[in-house]
Amino acid sequence: MNPLISAFRFTALPPETNAFRAAIKDFLKSDMEDSAPDVRARSWMGFSAAFSKKLAARGWVGITLPKQYGGANLDALSRFVLVEELLAVGAPVGAHWIADRQSGPLILKFGSEAQRRFYLPKICAAEAFFCIGMSEPNAGSDLASVGTRATRCANGWRLNGRKIWTTHAHRCHYMIALVRSSGEPQQQQEGLSQFIVDLSLLGVTVRPIRDLTGDDHFSEVFFDDVLLADDALIGTEGEGWAQVNAELAFERSGPERVYSSIVLLEHWINCLRRGPDAAVHAATIGRFTTHLATLRNMSIAVTAKLMNGASPALEAALVKDIGTEFEQSIPVAIAAAISMNPDAAVDPALYRTVAYLSQIAPTYSLRGGTREIMRGMIARGLGLR
Amino acid sequence: MFAEAIEQILQDLCTPAAVRAIEAGASPAPLWHAVESAGFLELLASEADGGAQLPLADLFPILCNFGRYTVPLPLAQSIAARALAPAHMLPAGMITLAAALRREADGSLCCPLIPCGVIADFVLARDDAALLLLPGALAQRSASGVRGSLTATLTWCDDSGATRIPGDGAALTAFAAAAHAALLSGAITRVFEMTLQHCKDRVQFGKSLGKFQAVQHQLSVMAEHTAAASIAAAAAFHTEDRTPTFLRAAMAKSRTSEAAVLVAATAHALHGAIGVTEEYDLQLLTRRLHEWRMTHGSEAHWNLLIGQHVLANDLSLVELVCSA
Ligand SMILES: Cc1cc2nc3c(=O)[nH]c(=O)nc-3n(C[C@H](O)[C@H](O)[C@H](O)COP(=O)(O)OP(=O)(O)OC[C@H]3O[C@@H](n4cnc5c(N)ncnc54)[C@H](O)[C@@H]3O)c2cc1C
Repeated sequence: MNPLISAFRFTALPPETNAFRAAIKDFLKSDMEDSAPDVRARSWMGFSAAFSKKLAARGWVGITLPKQYGGANLDALSRFVLVEELLAVGAPVGAHWIADRQSGPLILKFGSEAQRRFYLPKICAAEAFFCIGMSEPNAGSDLASVGTRATRCANGWRLNGRKIWTTHAHRCHYMIALVRSSGEPQQQQEGLSQFIVDLSLLGVTVRPIRDLTGDDHFSEVFFDDVLLADDALIGTEGEGWAQVNAELAFERSGPERVYSSIVLLEHWINCLRRGPDAAVHAATIGRFTTHLATLRNMSIAVTAKLMNGASPALEAALVKDIGTEFEQSIPVAIAAAISMNPDAAVDPALYRTVAYLSQIAPTYSLRGGTREIMRGMIARGLGLR
Repeated sequence: MFAEAIEQILQDLCTPAAVRAIEAGASPAPLWHAVESAGFLELLASEADGGAQLPLADLFPILCNFGRYTVPLPLAQSIAARALAPAHMLPAGMITLAAALRREADGSLCCPLIPCGVIADFVLARDDAALLLLPGALAQRSASGVRGSLTATLTWCDDSGATRIPGDGAALTAFAAAAHAALLSGAITRVFEMTLQHCKDRVQFGKSLGKFQAVQHQLSVMAEHTAAASIAAAAAFHTEDRTPTFLRAAMAKSRTSEAAVLVAATAHALHGAIGVTEEYDLQLLTRRLHEWRMTHGSEAHWNLLIGQHVLANDLSLVELVCSA
């Protein structure tokens, strides 16, 4: 059988995760503040440092990191369960999200012992929030053409350039930035390195950007002669491209590529259960249920591969593309359904939630790499490029 | 090990030429007897009945291969029957499963559009909560009339030839749906592989089709739906039970049926004219994709039932999916 297809092997979550799941549910019942569905629909873009700290107090930030660095030493499937439960209720996980998902594992994998000791306990305590500095005004899909440059100077590096669309940069402590440390932009993947940039340093300017819904989750970040110490370099100089790609496997395969519209779907189902129109929409609900269960199984299959030390970048791209298509189809169907009959009353919160998602859903297939880029990666994996 | 041995039989006896011949009326006996005499019909039969009592997860790749090789006999059904009814109560001969059983006012019985109904020796049907075994020999068979299809509607003038069999009617429905999901998944995967290979081999404008970005993206989408269909079908077979559960079987049949449409359409689009010829093997698969999609309920049927189940439930959707 084609190896890409057979990579999606059905994997059941181990029964031990049931108790963990129950504990998370209890925590969410007692410690997550009630908020309206259109607020919870912000999903992993919702930012609450206070919530992240509460989660960290339970030991649930950076749970896959080793105990000696403040983690819980749990496996990736346990993290899957944690993340699934958080996303299912629309918990505001944005503050610690990036550090938990990819910066922590990246520092563990490529960082020096000193870097691990410095950053990882802060991540696990929800005291260090991270953002991803990949995109630039002239380097979007063509990420390898980044122009921000780190040049050697006495005691370290001098950083100049600019990043954009950096999620929560204006609320984070650190950015892991992909920059050019040697060579010219035409050399593409060569000469790139990753640096941990303390965003409080002199010469860093962060300007939030407002989106069409009125939110300001992303930012523009300017570096003007920012002086970085030697140990700001993470991993190996010149290996930035390979490191970023390992990071992207974590970024693309998780349940957040399936659950972004789940708060809306759950709220609609609740409204239907209370109202007279359930029968009309049962088939639509059935289709979403089928797709959700299937995508979840695909995401678990990729997570199991991550757990075994593989870097399933290709499988992750596949899940991201089909998962975001599902997420985007939900507001489309629900907006049509609730306005099928202009005489019928519409739940006001449902109306606001579907409106929010209709506006924001296009970003699902942009952030983390666009639809066309994912399909190109899959084609490469199929041996077509 | 069963899977490899069975695949060997399929390679030898279920060649595209043999499939075409059986579809055109040749005897299915050589293939049938090879599987029967090797004991492979008894894979699911209980150990008490002398069977292998194979876990369903191990049966899954075997059923997928039946789809991949476009098996034109009710092998999947005859194997499943051994998990639905006590094996010692089942007769020798090809048993297929009916999607429905109608009792008409005049006392006659009708099973519409039974897969392999043209050639099956017996039909195992769900009679509400119970099972009924009906002999093909006493039935009036009316083939669907679709070229190459072995689907037929069978009617019996009364139930005098029918045998009541202890069993669970709902389990038959679930197993039949899950089995067709597995058949679909195997056939879908094969269609995807053939299409991928074709796009690597066929040259236009001086390069292989697969070098064009528009083609690459169609193949990528096809891969996504192939993977989705395959894992959805597999999920129905990962159970400790002897037959698939309702919800997983329903989702398996729905997801594979939906994927079948996209995969068949993309395969033909990317193959060009050669793909719709009788001579090229793609048609053996895509004809079945459409037929199996409609057999034992299309995605429209199952989505409705799944949705009704969700709406009648108190659990959140995510809780329901996690516990499915
Ligand atoms: C909400 C949100 C949050 C984000 N957060 C972050 C973040 O935290 N950190 C970060 O670094 N970035 C972030 N991004 C940026 C994101 O990674 C980029 O938007 C994305 O990579 C696309 O780049 P672009 O926007 O410049 O679009 P472009 O690259 O200009 O693409 C525009 C269109 O052209 C298509 N296209 C481009 N190249 C090709 C090609 N070769 N073949 C076919 N089609 C092509 C694209 O698919 C797309 O449809 C975020 C974006 C959003 C929307």
